[in-house]
Amino acid sequence: MKPLEQITWQEIELGGLLREPGSARAYRTGDWRSQHPVWTKSRCIRCGVCWTVCPEPAIVEEPGGYFDMDPNYCKGCGTCARECVTGCITMVPEEE
Amino acid sequence: MEKFGYAESQKYDVYAARLMPREEYFTSGHRSCQGCGEALAVRWVTKAIGKDAVIAHATGCMEIVSSGLPQTAWMHPWIHVAFENTAAVAAGVETGFKILERKGKLQGPRPKVVAMGGDGGTSDIGLQALSGALERGHDFTYVCWDNEAYMNTGIQRSSSTPFGAMTTTSPPGKRSIGQSTWKKDMVAIAVAHGIPYAATASPSYVFDLYFKIKKALETPGPAYVHVLCVCPTGWRSPTDLTVRLGRLAVETGVFPLFEVINGKYQLTVNPHRLRPVRDYLKPQGRFRHLRDPEIDFIQRQVLRRYRDLLSRCGLPEPEIPFPVPEEPAEEGV
Amino acid sequence: MSAKAASTKRVGLEVSIAVSHAVALARAEAIAAYPITPQTHIVEHLSSMVANGELEAEFVNVESEHSAISACIGMSATGARTYTATSSQGLALMHEILFIASAMRFPIVMTVANRALSGPLSIWNDHSDIMAARDIGWIQLFVENGQEAFDHTIMAFKIAENPEVLLPTIVNLDGFILSHVVEALTLLDQDTVDRFLPPYVPRHQLDPKHPVTMGAFAMPEIYTEVKMNHQVTLTNSYAVILKVWEEWGRLTGRHYQPVERYRTEDAKVLILIMGSLSEVAEIAVDEMRAAGMPVGLLTLRLWRPFPFEALREAVDGAELLIVCDRALSPGGPGGPVMSEVRSALYPLPQRPQILGYIVGLGGRDVPPEAFKDIVAQALKEVEQGPSREFTLYGVRG
Repeated sequence: MKPLEQITWQEIELGGLLREPGSARAYRTGDWRSQHPVWTKSRCIRCGVCWTVCPEPAIVEEPGGYFDMDPNYCKGCGTCARECVTGCITMVPEEE
Repeated sequence: MEKFGYAESQKYDVYAARLMPREEYFTSGHRSCQGCGEALAVRWVTKAIGKDAVIAHATGCMEIVSSGLPQTAWMHPWIHVAFENTAAVAAGVETGFKILERKGKLQGPRPKVVAMGGDGGTSDIGLQALSGALERGHDFTYVCWDNEAYMNTGIQRSSSTPFGAMTTTSPPGKRSIGQSTWKKDMVAIAVAHGIPYAATASPSYVFDLYFKIKKALETPGPAYVHVLCVCPTGWRSPTDLTVRLGRLAVETGVFPLFEVINGKYQLTVNPHRLRPVRDYLKPQGRFRHLRDPEIDFIQRQVLRRYRDLLSRCGLPEPEIPFPVPEEPAEEGV
Repeated sequence: MSAKAASTKRVGLEVSIAVSHAVALARAEAIAAYPITPQTHIVEHLSSMVANGELEAEFVNVESEHSAISACIGMSATGARTYTATSSQGLALMHEILFIASAMRFPIVMTVANRALSGPLSIWNDHSDIMAARDIGWIQLFVENGQEAFDHTIMAFKIAENPEVLLPTIVNLDGFILSHVVEALTLLDQDTVDRFLPPYVPRHQLDPKHPVTMGAFAMPEIYTEVKMNHQVTLTNSYAVILKVWEEWGRLTGRHYQPVERYRTEDAKVLILIMGSLSEVAEIAVDEMRAAGMPVGLLTLRLWRPFPFEALREAVDGAELLIVCDRALSPGGPGGPVMSEVRSALYPLPQRPQILGYIVGLGGRDVPPEAFKDIVAQALKEVEQGPSREFTLYGVRG
């Protein structure tokens, strides 16, 4: 998709209609975070509660049923760590 | 639907998460704040709505974070017009589909119509359009994202702001304790229109929310679902407490989860033991300025209204394991 | 009388009823309307046609005009042929949404039965309601009589729904003066209208099979481009409007122009007016011509997009152009039409002197004598040198 400031008036369709659903995925909100979740797999019971409560969503299921953050979108809110049933998620600061 | 029951545990039925659909209808890349309760609610409501539906959305947080040219986070056909007219736009969409179907111009079933708006766009500026659409009996569902203020414009008060809350237009001061009126009862207003289905819901109780949306969509005629959305930015609460605060709202009786089916009330999440409102108010910076007289007032009002709701549901009072503050000699509502 | 029974017979009909018949013949599918004097007869008759099954449409009794135009956007967004009508305060209440309807390119057709804006409250006819809505980005035109009201309502759907246009369109008719008056006119039969006006084929609609997002917001980097696109689309609709009017002319023998001319050959003085008062002005022009005065009349039919070239051609050779406005812009240059006409003619190396007179505010009667008096006053003003920005004609005191 062309950057906004290069789009010409001729390229505007029908008053700004957007024909591609979910195009927001091109925006990587992962740049925002200052901390990210880390799972301790040995204590994870693969219940999926973390996946359920992520507002982005930025938690993906791996083959095997465990979960990990999607680094493209995780904003580091910490809700998953707080809601984890076994407490196996820790929030870890981003490296500078 | 019935076999899942409604979530009654402290969190929710733990492994039920794996039974929920995986397809996301509100995609990542939206620009909501970290820990946004409203975004979480939208994520699950749009999943419950499913494919064959059209959404009309009001101006507000969710509209702004999701639809800046040229990107959109919505997988549904979606229309935003203005702030106060979502219910009217949805009424028009529902009508358009009706006539197109009658004239044989629709390929496939008539799509479901869902209107969405924030508390400001629903209980304040949007109340007229909502009332008109409910009264006319359009077959649509209205979902209110209640984060209890005009958050997108910088946390100004709405008629859904709770008593005592600090907002930028109801700031506490020498002459003010914050919001001075009680939260407007939108579900009661919706029920007063004689609609077949109305409910409160919360993304802290995802399955309760999910199945209420499904029920609302399947009910012919107007349906109204009022969703409490924790806003860490506006409520001044830690970003990781969003789900927890939503649960505390239910466990303290501040925001009970119930539905009204053809005028009959039923509680869908029944905490057998209530918690004091202080547990809910304490983690939120917007209530930090409140002193005992205000907190006691809130406690009394919450209990009074909760008991009223319980009696309408035909339910006994739960255990109240804390001292209930006494009424002073005179008290206004 | 049902629209289907109508043929090319000449009938006497209240103009509001004729407009409803036009909407029904155009096979409007979705109507959302709120009653306001003097539009009421239009929506009442449409309502009864729907109730009797004469018009296969959905009629929504919305709870305000703001919701009327909002519901129309929703209806048009599904791909239904959409119509509404209003006046005065109703148009004013729709205001914020009107801009959005055109920006989002929905071909809604709206009749405005022109009525004065409050305050003070007035239910009588002038153009202040529509003049306050100049910048909404809709196609806007004015009719002079009942036949034109019928004709242009049908044509409005064809213009609005043209895939290169897709802009909402307003047909202005003078409230009470036209809306509540019985006139002789010729309707068309359904088959003829069906051949002229095929079903609406949307280029954008809400459809779960092809999800789109309508109404995204624009950052400063892009807003100007979206507006330019709208400006060019509205300007280019001119060619489509002329084509549709030309096709109607071949079909019915009634030809319409963006700027109508009446006895303008060798005219030195021209009166310019909009709406039904043009027929009154024609009487005055005839009387003045009979007295040997070289006076002619221009009726501005197309308001948006503004017919710059047609106007410039029409004033060629005139020495004085008297623009008669039906609205006042307080504290400003007087009449909106006069301001725009002056601005349109400014680039001409040779142009007539332009004077502005405001007539018929709040429904005040404007007889032919008034036009003759205005011409006399204007000529005196030219002789003595213009002494004021504009004249509010007929004010006492």
